[in-house]
Amino acid sequence: MNKPGGAGERRFKRFGLRKKNIESGIQDEYQLLTVRQLMIRKFLRNRMALLSFIALVIIYFVTLFAGFFAPYTARTSDSKLTYSPPMAIRLRDPESGRFHLPFFYPLRGQRNMETFQLEYVEQLDQRVPIAFFVKGDPYKVLGVIESDIHLFGSSNPDERLHIMGSDVRGRDLFSRIIYGGQVSLSVGIFGVLITIAVGSVIGTLSGYFGGVVDDVVQRLIETIRSFPQLPLWMALAAAIPPQWPPEWVYAGIVIVLAFINWTGLSREVRGLVLSLKERDFVYAAEASGASTARIVRKHLLPNMASHIIVTATLAVPVTILGESALSFLGIGVRPPMVSWGLLLNDAIKIQNIVLYPWTLFPGIFIVVAVIAYNFLGDGLRDMVDPFSR
Amino acid sequence: MSPVRAATNDALLEIEDLRLHFPIKAGLLKKTVAHVKAVDGVSFSVYPGETVGLVGESGSGKTTIGRCIVRLYKPTTGSIGFRTAQGVVDIAQLDKRALQPIRRDIQMLFQDPNSSLNARMRVGDIIAEPLEIHAIGTRDERRSRVEDLLEQVGLGAEMYNRFPHQLSGGQRQRVGVARALSIEPRLVICDEPVSALDVSVQAQVLNLLSDLQGELGLTYVFIAHDLSVVEYISDRVMVMYLGKLMETAPTKRIFERPTHPYTEALLNSIPKRVRGGHRKRFVLTGDIPSPVNPPSGCVFHTRCQYVKDICRTETPALRPLPDDPETSVACHLAEEVALEPYYTAEERRDLESDRA
Repeated sequence: MNKPGGAGERRFKRFGLRKKNIESGIQDEYQLLTVRQLMIRKFLRNRMALLSFIALVIIYFVTLFAGFFAPYTARTSDSKLTYSPPMAIRLRDPESGRFHLPFFYPLRGQRNMETFQLEYVEQLDQRVPIAFFVKGDPYKVLGVIESDIHLFGSSNPDERLHIMGSDVRGRDLFSRIIYGGQVSLSVGIFGVLITIAVGSVIGTLSGYFGGVVDDVVQRLIETIRSFPQLPLWMALAAAIPPQWPPEWVYAGIVIVLAFINWTGLSREVRGLVLSLKERDFVYAAEASGASTARIVRKHLLPNMASHIIVTATLAVPVTILGESALSFLGIGVRPPMVSWGLLLNDAIKIQNIVLYPWTLFPGIFIVVAVIAYNFLGDGLRDMVDPFSR
Repeated sequence: MSPVRAATNDALLEIEDLRLHFPIKAGLLKKTVAHVKAVDGVSFSVYPGETVGLVGESGSGKTTIGRCIVRLYKPTTGSIGFRTAQGVVDIAQLDKRALQPIRRDIQMLFQDPNSSLNARMRVGDIIAEPLEIHAIGTRDERRSRVEDLLEQVGLGAEMYNRFPHQLSGGQRQRVGVARALSIEPRLVICDEPVSALDVSVQAQVLNLLSDLQGELGLTYVFIAHDLSVVEYISDRVMVMYLGKLMETAPTKRIFERPTHPYTEALLNSIPKRVRGGHRKRFVLTGDIPSPVNPPSGCVFHTRCQYVKDICRTETPALRPLPDDPETSVACHLAEEVALEPYYTAEERRDLESDRA
């Protein structure tokens, strides 16, 4: 009766039923989908969330293996190519009209004698092919394995390729963006891990025990949240001693960013605990003599996990933006570390934006990462409640 | 009072002058401004193997008493004597550690099986939880015990790996029953266990409960607001109003000769047709008064149709009737007013002949 893919089957699909033995047609068996299957289905149906998820996986993968994907390291500079504009990757020779494998024309700087600006001109007589899996600057994969193979790069080590331009010291912006992503994106992850740990522990204690503990914690949270977020971040970041090594500063920034974020998660968790602890299954466990630790572990946390994951996902972009803002203002991570916010610091003056607009490229990466996280968070929020329409 | 007293009689549970007053806090300093007198001086006994029905409107304190017995709440004053092999223990005074062995003997069955089962746990793990908490048996022994229990409550061992949302309401309540019975308690507090179920399923679960009582020698305190359910399952009925007991009597007597005007009013509220027409009788109006400020004298006087002056000033004590010591009533007018029974003389004859 129900043709495969017909209206009948579609109707059952909508109610979370999957038809077995569609081909046989004789025996109609319907199997209830588990909640997990329903959730995955719901997530896959949200195209933007799926796309964002894939984009984030790619971005994280590339930054994780930055040494391989970046043509240069973050520090190799070239005094002959300072503030060079993005170089065009070409397939066709504009003069002869012939096609070649990807290549570029190297730039040569010339001082414009009227404006005294350094202007770059393509050397059309020198075609430099772009090579793949090319030997270049040495680096370490994941900090362990030594290598000098790069995904792509100039075939001539003397003619450098800057596909997104270069900065004041002639360092390749594209490579610096990839290395900067390591800091910017991991700050989001680590900041949120601290947020989850602190926020859910304090929220659970506050909600479960109530009383004086709850009062003290809630007043503390209200106090922290009554400060404007960015100035508080700035004040705390400014308190990080300048003589600290960059790694410590990085850890300090992560903690500063988590310092405000945990309050939001903690409140959400407290609310969930307040409602869950009045549910009969918690009473049943208490009446059986379950310890507080067991109730939290077996009954409260599993029922809150999905909410915590959603809140955390939506807190990642806030943290990334926070790090970018602090580094942009010069009180975040410090050179020689690179982050997207720090790279944007080159564009802090209006002349730079006018003369070297490519210094805004890191901003595009920030926007893409933040938007992707927000879509992903939205998708996860829908997924957590698979029975809603 | 010492926690262990000499056994005074053969009661399994003996509650004396139980009170639970929840403080109402207000203002910045959380000053206690008043108390909700959820349970206000209740005494009764439960004997091994019997089912005691506890009825009353919402807000009368039935559930609170049940939760005091399993010590989800700590009573303000009063004692809850529970007979163990070592003598009578006052549950009301025990701390968390001392309660642990008692919790094996007393379990609770909840009203709404949707909320009493953790949606993130499998049915098998839900039923095994009390066993795990009390560290009974090995993992394999627990598993086979849970499978036996599933069979015993009529579900089948294949339900072990299901999640609660994959079961129907009746099946879920059977899981609740299996969980309550997993550690072989002697006393089960049933907190309106069928009122959230379909009528057809209610009967199945009630039958299951009474079958299990026969097999396992269980004692039930059965909290309900539906008198027909109570009539079916209880040996004795206790009627509560505003945190106090109004009447306790054998089930048969409650339905045939109610002694307290509130019992009569509850019985009258059961819809019934008499000779083809709607029964027109006195029906309770208004809501139960606030337990923060209970009425003076008899707490029921504001809604009682027989009210006299004495009811407004003097609080009646729960006293056994001279002609029927099994029945106790808290009413000044118990001997004076003649109350209407639930069953007419005709109906009672029919019932008797049915039973015979």
